[in-house]
Amino acid sequence: MTIEDVKNILGARVIWGAEYMDREVYTACGSDMMSDVLAFVKDHSVLLTGLCNPQVIRTAEMMDIVCVIFVRGKIPDESIIALAMEKEIPILTTGHRMFSACGMLYENGLHGGAPYND
Amino acid sequence: MKMDFMGVHHIMTDRITLNYEVSAEDFTRAGEASSDVKKKLKQMGVEPSTITKVAIAMYEGEINMVIHAQGGQINVVISPDEVLMKLADRGPGINDIEKAMEAGFSTAPDNIRALGFGAGMGLPNMKKYSDEMQIETEIGKGTTVTMKVFLS
Ligand SMILES: Nc1ncnc2c1ncn2[C@@H]1O[C@H](COP(=O)(O)OP(=O)(O)O)[C@@H](O)[C@H]1O
Ligand SMILES: [Mg+2]
Repeated sequence: MTIEDVKNILGARVIWGAEYMDREVYTACGSDMMSDVLAFVKDHSVLLTGLCNPQVIRTAEMMDIVCVIFVRGKIPDESIIALAMEKEIPILTTGHRMFSACGMLYENGLHGGAPYND
Repeated sequence: MKMDFMGVHHIMTDRITLNYEVSAEDFTRAGEASSDVKKKLKQMGVEPSTITKVAIAMYEGEINMVIHAQGGQINVVISPDEVLMKLADRGPGINDIEKAMEAGFSTAPDNIRALGFGAGMGLPNMKKYSDEMQIETEIGKGTTVTMKVFLS
């Protein structure tokens, strides 16, 4: 699917990056702990998070995350938006909670990676 | 391309050295050094999966310098066959390296966890994404983490 599809499934609002809505999305991950996000390399993944600080964008940058989605209606501040613009990472916000948002995407065919085994 | 006195051609011997000062004052700026290295490797045409390894390993190390130590210096040397990262801080040192390396072990306080770090995955992630890693530490003096990622 594309970011546009993700946006529609979640009834999300685009905070920045409307011109990137046709980017391809293969997987998704949801976490408030950035080191957990960093533990697995992802391919064309969106990041769902309830955490709202610039390190979310930094983490997304390091992992080449295609789009960041803030859950529970979180609105990022100016510094976060500015960093996302600089890194060309679109950001969305949805009123859904983490569990519901992940479930809705999963139900629509977007899955996570393989299970963890060390 | 360089030529020595005998006129023998050497394959690229150039090294790029990058130095960064990491400040612990401003958590929001943590990661800027890693971001810069990532950008440089991309410009150099390094293979994307290798860039990801460097970026994640260095970013976790940079975050540790900010949340566990009082900042420090990062020295990165990019040569034709490897990226060498040396992260030296002036922090409290690590008491038990073996324990610190365990997945999930963290001494980070709640205010750090509220910022999305302190899951105890930093050092394990650094070990996972680098090809070689070495930690030198002295209590009360600081810690130096050296990591290598090979360029294939
Ligand atoms: N540069 C450092 N200086 C001092 N202590 C460190 C440093 N890096 C890591 N540590 C110690 O090792 C522990 C584990 O580190 P890490 O795996 O990165 O997890 P986290 O940063 O989430 O706590 C830290 O909680 C801390 O006690
Ligand atoms: Mg850490």
